[in-house]
Amino acid sequence: MIRMLGRSALGVVFELGEISLFSFGAARGFFAQRGRLAKLTLAIHEIGVRCFPIIATVGLFTGLVMGLQLYYTLVKFGAESALGTAVALSIIRELGPVLTALMVVGQAGSAMASELGIQRNDEQIDALETMNIDPLGYLVGPRLMATLICFPILTAIFDLIGIFGGFVTGSLLLNVDAGVYWNRVFESVTWADVQGGYIKALVFGLLTISICAYRGYNTHRKASFPGVRGVSESATRAVVWSSVTVLAADYLITSFLL
Amino acid sequence: MDAFLKIRGLKKHFGENHVLDGIDLDVAAASVTTIIGKSGIGKSVLLKCIANLLQADAGTVELDGKAISRSRRGANGAEGVSFSYMFQNNALFDSLSAFENIALPLREATKLKNAEIKERVDAMLAHLELSDSAERFPGELSGGMKKRVALGRALITKPQVVLFDEPTTGLDPERKFSVFEMIADYRERFGFTALLVSHDIPEVFEISDRVAWLDQGIIKFFGKPDELNSDAQLALSGFLSKANYGREPSPKHEGAK
Repeated sequence: MIRMLGRSALGVVFELGEISLFSFGAARGFFAQRGRLAKLTLAIHEIGVRCFPIIATVGLFTGLVMGLQLYYTLVKFGAESALGTAVALSIIRELGPVLTALMVVGQAGSAMASELGIQRNDEQIDALETMNIDPLGYLVGPRLMATLICFPILTAIFDLIGIFGGFVTGSLLLNVDAGVYWNRVFESVTWADVQGGYIKALVFGLLTISICAYRGYNTHRKASFPGVRGVSESATRAVVWSSVTVLAADYLITSFLL
Repeated sequence: MDAFLKIRGLKKHFGENHVLDGIDLDVAAASVTTIIGKSGIGKSVLLKCIANLLQADAGTVELDGKAISRSRRGANGAEGVSFSYMFQNNALFDSLSAFENIALPLREATKLKNAEIKERVDAMLAHLELSDSAERFPGELSGGMKKRVALGRALITKPQVVLFDEPTTGLDPERKFSVFEMIADYRERFGFTALLVSHDIPEVFEISDRVAWLDQGIIKFFGKPDELNSDAQLALSGFLSKANYGREPSPKHEGAK
C-alpha cells in the first residue's frame, strides 16, 4: 500500500516535471517562430473569442444565482444591503477565475487535446519534424502565449457580467436599492482582490492549457489505446486533470493570498 | 558504387523485438533504392530511424561521408543537408489549403520572402498539375491529388534525399503507376536521392535502380531489380513468388520507361 502510494506520488512528480519542460519548450519554441503575431492572433481567436459566449453566459447565470442565494441568506440577518459586497467579492476572488478556467478547459482545452492527438496519430507532428519545424513552438507555443492574454481578459468579462447578474436579481427582481448595490460593489472591492483574481487566472490558464496540450501531444505515449480511442482518452483525461488541478491550485493560491 | 547515403550497423528494438538488427546499406547519389519485405518487418522503422523520427539504438547514418545528427536531418538543415519524408498517409494539414501545405516548410523553416515562396509553390503546383486546386483543402482532394500535394511538400525545399514510406498505399493500380512515374520523373528533374518502401512488386522495380530486401532485421539482398531472380536466396524467392514477381507485366507497365 505504502509502496503503491509512493509510486503514484513519484509518477505525479515525474509527470509535473515533464509538463513543465513541455511548456518551457513550447514557450521557447514560440519565440523562434516566424510570423509569431499571426499565429498568436489565431490562438487568441481560438481560446479567447470562441470562449467568449460561454464565459458570458455562465458569468450571467452565476451572478443571477449568487444574487438569489446571497439575498435570501443576508435578508435573515437584515443585511441585504451587503448583497453587492458579497456578490462582487465571491465572484472576483473565487468564482470568476475558477469557473472561467473550467469553461475554457471544456471549450478550448478539450478541443486542443483532441486536435493535437489527431495530429499525432496522423503523423502531422512527425511531418513537422521532418520539415525542420519545431512542433512544440509551432503547435503549442502560440496557444500558451495566447493563454497569458486571454485568461485575465475572460476572467474580467466573467466578473463584470457576474456582478451585473447579481444586480439583476438583487435590484431588479428583489428590490435591493440599485445605488446601494453598486456603492457596496465599488466600496468593498480593492485592487488586491482584483490582483488576486488575475494571479489565479494566469496560473490556471498556464496549468490548464499546458496539461491539455501535453495530453494531446503525447497521445501516442500516454493513452492506453491507439487510434480514435486514444484521442478520446487523451481529451477526457486532459479535461479531468485540468479541472482537478485548477481546484487544487485555487486552494493553494487562496491560502497564500489570504 | 560511391555511397551518398551510407547506413552502418543500424539497430532498433521494441522490448524483446529486435526490428532492426544491424542494417548496412549504401545508396548512390540521385538513385532510387526500394526497400521490400514482409509487412511489419521494419521497413518504415528503418526510414524513421534514418529521418530520426525514431531514435536508433545503435549505428550511424552518413550523408556524403559525414555523419548526420538530428539537427541536420530536417529540410534545409543548418549545414545544407536536407531530408524530406513522404508519409504513407500523406500527413497533410487539414486546415491548410494545398498551396499552404506545400508552402509550409518554406514559410516556417527558411527565410525566403513571401513573393519567392509564392513563385516556388506556384511552379511546383504547375508541375504537379494542381494549379486549379491550390486553394482546396485536403478533405476536398482525391487520393491521388493528396499524394501529389504530399510529394510537392516533400520536394519544395529541394532536398538531397527523399524518403518515401509506401507512397502508393490505398491507390488503384492506375494511380499507383502514375505516382511511381511521378517519382521517377521528379527524381530526374530535381536530382534527389530516393529511398522508397513499397509493397508494389513488381511495379516499383520499374523505377528502382537498386532493391534492398529486409528480413529478420537485416538487409538480405541488395542489388539491381533484374538480379533478384538469379541472386535471390530461397526465402527471397518465396517472398517474391507470393508477391507475384515474375508475372507478365501489364501493357501499361511495359510502356512505362
